[in-house]
Amino acid sequence: MKPLPPPTGMLAELTYRCPLSCPYCSNPLEMAGRDAEMSTQEWKRIFSQAAEIGVLHAHLSGGEPASRRDLLELTAHAAQVGLYTNLITSGVGLTKKLFDDLVAAGLDHVQLSIQDAEPESADAIGGYRGGFAKKLEVAQWVAETGMPLTVNAVIHRLNISRAAEMVDFAVRLGARRIEIAHTQYYGWALRNRAHLMPTRAQSEKAYAEVEARRALYKGRIVIDHVAPDYHAKYPKACMSGWGRLTFNVTPTGKVLPCHAAETIPNLEFWNTREKSLADCWSDSPGFNAFRGTEWMKEPCRSCERKNEDFGGCRCQALALAGDAAATDPICSKSPLHHLIGEIAARDSSEKGGDFTPRRMAAAKALTDV
Amino acid sequence: MSEDDLTGESRPYLLRGVRLKHDQVRKCWVLLAPERFLRLNGISVDILQRCDGGAPLARIVDDLAEKYQADRAVVERDVRALLVGLYDKRMLGL
Repeated sequence: MKPLPPPTGMLAELTYRCPLSCPYCSNPLEMAGRDAEMSTQEWKRIFSQAAEIGVLHAHLSGGEPASRRDLLELTAHAAQVGLYTNLITSGVGLTKKLFDDLVAAGLDHVQLSIQDAEPESADAIGGYRGGFAKKLEVAQWVAETGMPLTVNAVIHRLNISRAAEMVDFAVRLGARRIEIAHTQYYGWALRNRAHLMPTRAQSEKAYAEVEARRALYKGRIVIDHVAPDYHAKYPKACMSGWGRLTFNVTPTGKVLPCHAAETIPNLEFWNTREKSLADCWSDSPGFNAFRGTEWMKEPCRSCERKNEDFGGCRCQALALAGDAAATDPICSKSPLHHLIGEIAARDSSEKGGDFTPRRMAAAKALTDV
Repeated sequence: MSEDDLTGESRPYLLRGVRLKHDQVRKCWVLLAPERFLRLNGISVDILQRCDGGAPLARIVDDLAEKYQADRAVVERDVRALLVGLYDKRMLGL
């Protein structure tokens, strides 16, 4: 086997605590609370190890990373060891003082989520009144420094008619980059799929409108457009390949190839509290289970696209085909592909609206948030 | 941006949040930017190290043509191709 190339990026999920309750959150349904989170020293050790093994980008995420009181100390440390630091935030929980201190500590980039281009709808989706106004304020702070701002918008039935408007909105906020991500159905989004799924016609219209903005804003904003899975012909190259470029570290120190990897039963992932980050990345059985192409079955095994999309997503294969090593049913070559159209048609015709807001266990939420 | 917008007088610079780094693990230079990195070859590093917002494009090209003892027109074409690409990716200012 070829030697494993060094990882390029680490998503540090500092905490699952978050003041928002977006129904499409990619965090797991069961979330560890504050008591189980890693300490400041533990996180600092991981950032140091990440830099040593070749990680270039550290994404400080959550939950809401500003829920950690040591966010400044962690960011400063990540910057000091040479990592490119990206704060992935809802904006809620940041103060001007903390933001200025983060900038002085070497923060490189801010990725700010928006829930919609309209305040009322945005605050209803995020479950947090005043959230939209707070985001405008944070975007202004970032713009004033001249540092790069990315706006991230997750698209679903409740905001899909304004997908392209969100690009316009991001331009007005002074963003250099926008991620328009049609909802990927994992975690809370999978649970709420019947309330989030747009119709095929809605998806296609929104997709085309966003694509048309590329030429309009060329040289002003870069648009990264994550296609709607359930209405696609081929699967996404999930995580650019399992365990190939990036990894996640959970609030309790477990190292995973992606957000949803723990939904696959019987995979063993290691924890940085017990092993070095290098070992967790290169030797844990869970990472090696789906690296490369040897694990593939037909139709992936003989497919000319296998080094392009890596068979799609393992977690989705498990969720929809019942087998993590199967072809992602999003692929039109999958024998189960017909299920996708059926699910999308059924879910998009549901009445919707009564989604389950993302919450930590009720008792936990009171003490932790 | 079209190549015509980039003149000999343009003074290119890397935008804030975009920076060169020598990667000790991969033993190469990389350009770090939001959610992106590019592995750089020797000439790209030489070009970008000169994009300090002070040096005009014409001088950067002169300098590199001399360093590499290469045809100025060929150097200029390479420099322009790199810079226009980075401008459109929102990594470069003028």
